[in-house]
Amino acid sequence: MTTPAFDEMTADGLVRGPYAEIARWLAATPRAALEQRRHEAELLFKRIGITFAVYGEGGDPERLIPFDIIPRILARAEWDALSRGLVQRVRALNMFLADVYGKQEILRAGHIPAALVRDNEAFRPEMAGFTPPGGVYTHIAGIDVVRTSPHEFWVLEDNCRTPSGVSYMLEGREAMLRLFPGICAAHRIAPVGHYPEELLETLKSVAPPGCRGAPRVAILTPGSYNSAYYEHCFLADEMGVEVVEGPDLFVEDDVVFMRTTAGPQRVDVIYRRIDDDYLDPRVFRPESVLGVPGLMAAYKAGNVALANAPGAGIADDKAVYPYVPEMIRFYLAEEPLLQNVPTYLCEREDHRAYVLDNLHELVVKLTHGSGGYGMLVGPHSTTDQRMEFAARIKARPGEYIAQPTLALSTVPTLVEKGIAPRHVDLRPFILSGKEVRVVPGGLTRVALREGSLVVNSSQGGGTKDTWVLEDDPADIARPLQGQSQSQSQSQSQSGSQSQSQSQSQGGSGC
Amino acid sequence: MLSRTASSLYWLGRYVERAGNNARGLQVALRMASLTGAGQRDTAWHALLVATGCEPGFRDKGAPLTQENVVRYLAADPENPSSIMSCIEAARRNGRAVRTALTVDMWEAVNETWSQARRSTEATFAPDNLPDFLDWMKQRTVLFNGAYADTMLRGEAWRFVRLGTMLERADNTARVLDTHHHALSDVEEGGALAYLHWQAILRSVSALRAYHHIYRARLDPRRIAEMLLLRHELPRSMVACYARIEETLDGLAAAHGGQRGECHRLAGEIHARLKFSRIEDIMGEGLHQFLTRKIDRSIDLGAEIGAFYLHS
Repeated sequence: MTTPAFDEMTADGLVRGPYAEIARWLAATPRAALEQRRHEAELLFKRIGITFAVYGEGGDPERLIPFDIIPRILARAEWDALSRGLVQRVRALNMFLADVYGKQEILRAGHIPAALVRDNEAFRPEMAGFTPPGGVYTHIAGIDVVRTSPHEFWVLEDNCRTPSGVSYMLEGREAMLRLFPGICAAHRIAPVGHYPEELLETLKSVAPPGCRGAPRVAILTPGSYNSAYYEHCFLADEMGVEVVEGPDLFVEDDVVFMRTTAGPQRVDVIYRRIDDDYLDPRVFRPESVLGVPGLMAAYKAGNVALANAPGAGIADDKAVYPYVPEMIRFYLAEEPLLQNVPTYLCEREDHRAYVLDNLHELVVKLTHGSGGYGMLVGPHSTTDQRMEFAARIKARPGEYIAQPTLALSTVPTLVEKGIAPRHVDLRPFILSGKEVRVVPGGLTRVALREGSLVVNSSQGGGTKDTWVLEDDPADIARPLQGQSQSQSQSQSQSGSQSQSQSQSQGGSGC
Repeated sequence: MLSRTASSLYWLGRYVERAGNNARGLQVALRMASLTGAGQRDTAWHALLVATGCEPGFRDKGAPLTQENVVRYLAADPENPSSIMSCIEAARRNGRAVRTALTVDMWEAVNETWSQARRSTEATFAPDNLPDFLDWMKQRTVLFNGAYADTMLRGEAWRFVRLGTMLERADNTARVLDTHHHALSDVEEGGALAYLHWQAILRSVSALRAYHHIYRARLDPRRIAEMLLLRHELPRSMVACYARIEETLDGLAAAHGGQRGECHRLAGEIHARLKFSRIEDIMGEGLHQFLTRKIDRSIDLGAEIGAFYLHS
């Protein structure tokens, strides 16, 4: 089945303002030419080696994430409203983390069940009573957002540990600039290319008290078999820092060093892309070889900064997620600018009963899951799948949450059959250091299968370039080519509208 | 630079060079095999196994010494760490691990080689297709070498790739000579067969034409040995490779505030011995003995470089 959804380009046969230029271009460009460009984009990505590694599932372990050449476009005003909400949310998440590892006021005030936090696997007692350099916990946050109408954005989930995907945002833009210089120049697209600089500034700004001189930054990767390894290298390259693996580092007298050809060199800030569990075998999993023995002691001694802070995952736990609006009210005394998707906690008896009765229209997710694994999309499920999930929920209710199936917005996408609407989400990246920074845009993920709502790259999703337009075309619909003039006039009022109208009248390519 | 990065760059250089050298070796052996009688054929293949250091591994497999088996083992066998396909795999693995230290051109050369190689099938290594594959492999090595010569900053990363390339190349030249030392040491004038042998040696280091440029005389075993060991004009001669090794290690030491170790001394010693040797003395002492010592010293040098820079 297909979910009736808000299409970001066309509504009721009319083209929305930000998409006017693209709609004209799509109508005027023969399909074969688009196919050709898509093929070139694929070659480009293959040549650069932008891959997403999926091991243990058979097939080619180094897969190319499909890249769709039709951009997803947001007007400046739309973006500004969204980004204000994102910044607000990330500020609250950081305050929440400082609080739960500090005085735990929000728990004592009863706004969040204390057990939900303290008994959570993502909660790190090792962090209690310790304040990271600069007081920042989630330096790089990826907030997944979906849209259901022109003015409704919903936060689907918060990623406060080690969100990935920013390299696709940057490489996607590069590919577009190279393949479509003309159509790019016809828009004033807000740049994203400075993200690595902003990231470096953010990381340097949280250098620990023990740092002398210019902070030396490194990215800690689990290695080349990690799915996001390309991204780790890409970011290190763009920032001009080393990408290190655990064995490249060692700790002496609570100071972290990396092994170099010129002997040991001190490291001040580590952007770690390995999970908490593997950071330091002396504190977390003793059998792990990915991390660095003694790293946590160096951290606590104020000799190194870790981004993101260990334990930041408690803020993005799916069971904690329903309380984020509450955090915003509690810490900032503001009303949330972005809405949460209503969420049922299967652990709560009343919620569970509702979930079990309504599986066919809910999305069920694992509380600690990621990557779209272990999900049930109710409307697309079979009776057997629903029965299986019902049994799982009853067996371990605490591990599941459920949300209504949202009619995610769609964006025109080049697929086998031509150009067709496909569901999208958006992951903007919010950087918190001395200040909070957001580059305009983010990673748009697109579900390439017809009707599918699952956009994860591990589930066959693709990506699109996300454009935030500096010019602010009024969000008023314009006629699609071939529409009658009377209809379009009734929809449009401004002078610029009539101009685009006359152009579209002239160039009928349909 | 991270020691691990340096190590990957060094092995990247070695593996690319090894893949190319194996392709050259196979080309020459194929030529020998198709020009000589059946009896000589097995000798050619055995010599190639020895030259590539793959003879023990091949013997362990227990396969009969036939052209088909040797070609398969040296070109495609994933169990042979020095087979061309294994070298491509290892070069790409090392390159990928230090993706950021490579220029785009270098990475593309390695990555494209790897993705093309992955499309190879049984048929790629069949007798009629093998020459194409070997030509392709040689070209890919030349392309990679050109990419790093032309695009890489003359910094530490470049020095480690070069060190790997030159050490592997010096070692290869020594081994090629050693495999054929009988053909070079037998004083009696050889017939057509010996001539073929000498040609083969020169071809395997792409130096047949260079020989004529330098000596302007008919092939002669003493001159061939001299050229491959002591003539600095030939980029694949041992002395030329060692000159680069010493120079590269000096550059690394200078960049590290003059820090030097056993690897610097050893490289200097090997280079100096080559530079001041006379071919008459080497032949008098015995080519095989001389080469065996050089091959052993090369192995020592590799270990010392590892200990000093790569912490391996």
